[in-house]
Amino acid sequence: MKHLPLWIAAGFMAMASGCSPVKEYQKNKINDSDMVLSNRKVEKTELSFQSYREGSSGANAGKSGGGCGCN
Amino acid sequence: MKRIFITGFALLGLFKAYAQNDPADSTSYKPKKLKIEEINLVSSYYRQDGNNSAVTGGEGTEKLTDISNAIDLRVVKYGENNIKHTFDFEVGVDHYSSASSDKIDLSANSSASSSDMRVYPSLNYIRENEEKGRAMGIGISSSSEYDYQSFGGNVSFSQKTKDRNGEFGAKFQAYLDQVKMLAPIELRGLPNVDDSGNASRNTFVGSLTYSQIVSKNFQVMFQADLVSQQGYLSLPFHRVYFTDGSVHQEKLPDSRLKIPLAARASYFLGDNIVLRGYYRFYTDDWGIQSHTADIEIPVKITSFVSVSPFYRYYTQTAAKYFKGYEMHGPQSDFYTSNYDLSKFDSSFFGLGLRLTPVNGVFGIKRLNMLEIRYGHYVRSNNLDSDIISINLRFK
Repeated sequence: MKHLPLWIAAGFMAMASGCSPVKEYQKNKINDSDMVLSNRKVEKTELSFQSYREGSSGANAGKSGGGCGCN
Repeated sequence: MKRIFITGFALLGLFKAYAQNDPADSTSYKPKKLKIEEINLVSSYYRQDGNNSAVTGGEGTEKLTDISNAIDLRVVKYGENNIKHTFDFEVGVDHYSSASSDKIDLSANSSASSSDMRVYPSLNYIRENEEKGRAMGIGISSSSEYDYQSFGGNVSFSQKTKDRNGEFGAKFQAYLDQVKMLAPIELRGLPNVDDSGNASRNTFVGSLTYSQIVSKNFQVMFQADLVSQQGYLSLPFHRVYFTDGSVHQEKLPDSRLKIPLAARASYFLGDNIVLRGYYRFYTDDWGIQSHTADIEIPVKITSFVSVSPFYRYYTQTAAKYFKGYEMHGPQSDFYTSNYDLSKFDSSFFGLGLRLTPVNGVFGIKRLNMLEIRYGHYVRSNNLDSDIISINLRFK
């Protein structure tokens, strides 16, 4: 478990280094709204509460500062 | 809940009126004047219950409800050199009622702290050179509650790779906060108790991201943050009961360094299924280490309807300053009985539904997306919560 983040990063790096460029006209699936590499707006409140109820935050599945909102 | 729908229907009325006056434009021309690109309304209802409130020293109700409404307006224009200027203005209002905050005054059935409102506006500007794949941004934000004020600023930079398959991003954020010293009622006026004025809390965040398109249906992103906090990091109304039965105000160090590292991936499986994955490793100098793993599987039922089941698992170790009710000894320099900093694991699961009909949601051409999402959260120390959110997108 301790080295899991390194293994995951190494795996993704290996995949990324082996990829061939995708042209703009080939990006219809990449540009699909479900493929977006960020949180959706509808997740905004749930991510805030998860960061309040848990000791971790940031990078970026949740807030990392600003506005306590703590209860 | 009523407020969500009142706000939702009020906006629907506004959208409908706007749609009738100005029919949708399907061309992708580049506006030289400011043009509304998108309006999002996000409303949520959240409830939680548990029995480990930090306000009452680690034992006591954590019952809380929150109604949140936010509106996000994005406008764009193109400048002389084909530079894209994007302005994003958002304002959110949360109204929450908290049974535990009510216990700042232990004898109260309903004190002034039983409910509060939080208002959080923000304004962001991005200047983007689409030809060079380069963007720079700047933004400000604030958040105001009765006992907490926050002012924030950020600057950002991003650059796409030559083949437009990769993108590097960097962001710096600063938050300058003020905490009102609101002590538990029985501790007010005692020596060594912070019970008047304000204290400052500053947060500085440096973030780096890199995203890469791996193939026609697979992309990944790596994110790393370095978060430094200084100032008053306790909350003045949190009680801690020592082994001898005495009650104290929570006391935590005045600095904290957090390092979250994360990876995201999206994979289009066949023609109708998307696999979205997220993993985060987190560590800080208060002794918390955590792992977060999240999977969501949007399934396209038709071209306009998709459902998205999701599951998130989270586990953390305890902060070295945490102990439960009447478990801290008088020899400790720092102490908290806030179970958010205890050892636990949690699961969050639920379902999302997204509608994007060609002729608009409810026949309103400009209202091009409706998304509803429900999730249930359970924590191994008996806290549970439910949240339902709705996002209306107007283009």
